[in-house]
Amino acid sequence: MNFVVPDFYPAAAEIFVAVMALVIMLSTTFARSIARSLGYFLCQFTLIAAAFITIGTMHGEVSYTFSNMFISDLMGDFLKVMIYFSMAIALLYGRSYLADRNINKPEYYLLAILMTLGMMVMVTSNHMLTMYIGLEMMSLALYALVAFDRDSARSTEAGMKYFVLGALASGLLLYGMSMVYGATGTLEFSGVAQSVYNQAANKPVLLFGLVFLIAGICFKLGVVPFHMWVPDVYQGASTAVTLILATAPKLAAFAMAVRLLIWGLFDIAEQWQTMLMLVAVASIILGNLAAISQPNIKRMLAYSGISHMGFMLLGLLSGVVEGDRHFALNAYSSAMFYAVAYVIMSLASFGMIILLSRAGFEAERIDDFKGLNKRSPWFAAVMMFVMFSMAGVPFFIGFFAKLSVLQAVVAAGYFWIAAVAVVMSVIGAFYYLRVVKVMYFDEPVDTAPIHAPAELRVLLSANGIAIAALGLAPQALMSICAYALLASL
Amino acid sequence: MTDIPLLSLAVWVPIIGGLLVLATGSDRNAPMARALALLVAVVGLVVTIPLYTGFDLGTSAMQYVELVPWVPRFNINYHLGVDGISMLFVILNAFITIIVVVAGWKVIETKVAQYMAAFLIMSGLMNGIFAALDGVLFYVFFEASLIPLYLVIGIWGGPNRVYAAIKFFLFTLAGSLLMLIALLYLFMESGGSFSILEWHNLPLGIEAQTLIFFAFLIAFGVKVPMWPVHTWLPDAHVEAPTGGSVVLAAIALKLGAYGFLRFSLPIVPDASMQLAPVVITLSLIAVVYIGFVALAQADMKKLVAYSSISHMGFVTLGFFTFNPLAVEGALVQMISHGFVSAAMFLCIGVLYDRMHSRLIADYGGVVHKMPKFAAFFMLFAMANSGLPATSGFVGEFMVILGAVQFNFWVAFLAATTLIVGAAYSLWMYKRVVFGAVANDHVGELEDVTGREFAFLGVLALCVLAMGLYPFPFTEVMHASVDELLRHVAVSKL
Repeated sequence: MNFVVPDFYPAAAEIFVAVMALVIMLSTTFARSIARSLGYFLCQFTLIAAAFITIGTMHGEVSYTFSNMFISDLMGDFLKVMIYFSMAIALLYGRSYLADRNINKPEYYLLAILMTLGMMVMVTSNHMLTMYIGLEMMSLALYALVAFDRDSARSTEAGMKYFVLGALASGLLLYGMSMVYGATGTLEFSGVAQSVYNQAANKPVLLFGLVFLIAGICFKLGVVPFHMWVPDVYQGASTAVTLILATAPKLAAFAMAVRLLIWGLFDIAEQWQTMLMLVAVASIILGNLAAISQPNIKRMLAYSGISHMGFMLLGLLSGVVEGDRHFALNAYSSAMFYAVAYVIMSLASFGMIILLSRAGFEAERIDDFKGLNKRSPWFAAVMMFVMFSMAGVPFFIGFFAKLSVLQAVVAAGYFWIAAVAVVMSVIGAFYYLRVVKVMYFDEPVDTAPIHAPAELRVLLSANGIAIAALGLAPQALMSICAYALLASL
Repeated sequence: MTDIPLLSLAVWVPIIGGLLVLATGSDRNAPMARALALLVAVVGLVVTIPLYTGFDLGTSAMQYVELVPWVPRFNINYHLGVDGISMLFVILNAFITIIVVVAGWKVIETKVAQYMAAFLIMSGLMNGIFAALDGVLFYVFFEASLIPLYLVIGIWGGPNRVYAAIKFFLFTLAGSLLMLIALLYLFMESGGSFSILEWHNLPLGIEAQTLIFFAFLIAFGVKVPMWPVHTWLPDAHVEAPTGGSVVLAAIALKLGAYGFLRFSLPIVPDASMQLAPVVITLSLIAVVYIGFVALAQADMKKLVAYSSISHMGFVTLGFFTFNPLAVEGALVQMISHGFVSAAMFLCIGVLYDRMHSRLIADYGGVVHKMPKFAAFFMLFAMANSGLPATSGFVGEFMVILGAVQFNFWVAFLAATTLIVGAAYSLWMYKRVVFGAVANDHVGELEDVTGREFAFLGVLALCVLAMGLYPFPFTEVMHASVDELLRHVAVSKL
């Protein structure tokens, strides 16, 4: 047996982040006195440097390494850059929040970096085992982050709940993978695809496995019927963690869905599309209806997130129509655009909650936004941008996200789905409008001036402007999504 | 033809100006915000004047066209242009914006910059709706214009403003999202084009046409508003501040009617022909039934709101008789209603600013204290009831004449409005203005100020000018309306 040195070059960013995780762990252990800021700054440095490495090593072709377990392609690179970006912003938003609550510990940043590494591995996996390792790495770090505020009963409870349900979902996913292995004899996505294409796979076993794969994906995306954890965990976790939870992992889960379903099981698209159809429609309906009655804004955003993920799935399920793959690229890139748009909006929405919170006060209720226009017209406008964008009103990015997904759905001929999605959007608009209503039409109850570090203010403002600017000029981001997918397929 | 992008100026001058006004910030800078807003509004009107003076009467084609790719990924273009149907509304909109800015000059004391900015931005967005020749661009402006009006009603409105604002937003959103599906369907059928002009020549089966027709009917019917989806309008009008009511009545309602002409009739002509009886029935219900509803109102704003619905019923009726005279009459009616309803709401605003009541029962004998005001109010009430020599008469008369050629009984029912309209307008006028001074509050009323005199006077001139000599308005419409009807007469099947 001869030993071949694998090509490390495509995995440069992952290796760098892994090394930095160790550096953070060791340096913060030995430099206790400055550990907090050291952890934070090293973490930000890692993310920025990783972005440079990823962009620097980017090339148009698809390359494999580590015995084809690892893939490097444009879609992966783009999603990785978006993940660094959203993690960096989430950490920046959360920093003062953590400090106010005395949980600004270096371990927080270590976990964040490990989680990033997990997501990177997920995004670049070409093998079900690599995928699973990445997923677990991300999830375990996230369980710990959710329970990070260990003195808070709610936070611990949320962590426990997330862990138990998450472990169950991982089990389901693993079980599904083993079924696929049984049916096709391989765990590598291209091998699976080959086997399915040649109809060499045992179809009943394959489909049986597919159901479990879908269950695992749905859990990670947080869509019906695997959504139970979402509202409780979003509400229970400290807002800084919810911010992380609601952003980058959605991109990783999107990548997981794309790799498993499109890279691996594209030839049984008709089967998984039907499953996703039920899941997506149920998520859109339940998410929007349940969000209406939530007085807690984190919970409301959790339910709205469920419906957004349902919307994103609409793009994934419109790719193949009666065997015609003509629309596939269009549909999948619209889903990707939706996921990216959602992350940008989600960052700003939780960022606003952090902005209004201060030591000993959580701006968690919608009522805490009352009269924000009087307290700070600019940030009221930012929140208004986010809300209208999430409701899908133009000129904001959310409109184009909805438009591109709906366009894919209509092109696939699923008019009834488009109609349901649209009717539910009207219902959804109600609770987004309610937030605008309390900000603009009501008198403030909380009159304390807004204290927030300058970097949070600046970045949150930029985030709000980005939501509007990308709504005025969505073309660049849209074509990047389409190009990244095209170059990777 | 000039090389200056006039339509872009008409759209973006108010929007960017509005953002500048917004930047003046707190109420300490209120005088600056007002002055800047007036300047922007005037510039906004000035840039639209060349649209009229340079307009080519001989063609039905789009003029002042601007075409720039916007989102090439979906073939969405920044495609602007006006024809004889839409051009006048751009000017009307810019004109009404000045009136609104002046009307809100003294009345609005809190968040002045935001108030002025909301109206300016709204004005720009609405110009965008009238000028858009791309389906998505139209939709984007159509939806985005909801936001400022939602805020205006909600922030500066009356006691029940939150309910009214949310109802207004959700009703319109519900309608327009169905339209979005129709637009996406047309995009697919046309092989990837959002151009409205290309859709005009797109062959469609009757089934598809019917579905698209209903999607448009719901979207535009809510906006017009047509019976039975009109219920948001009285609420919105009653709760909105005067400026909001003016824009709502003068411009926002026209968007729906305009949509019928730009989308429904030319894109799905066969379905429009087939289903015209549905629209005509709904329009007649609006004209007759809502007219009687208006008669029973105790609140002046509500009365004018219902009268608006009734008048807009005339407009949709005119469109769906497919008669050139009736269609032009309906267009004239739209512009006239823009002046008259704006003036009526301003008159009520003048009274409300002094008395803080809109109930007819709280008034009586206003003429003794406010003679100048009473004269203006008289003129507008007469115009509202369609008195000859006012603008209100021209449109209604043309529609009725056109409708007689279509069907006598339709015309007969429509014509009852001349009686009912006169009844509710003049009866309200009598109860508010004539009689003995009703109470001490009325006794303390002061007549219109110079500022109020100015905007009421300008509107009075417009109403009279249009009533006496409507030719400058109708001449620009001829070519486009004739072409539209010729187009509708050709089946797409």
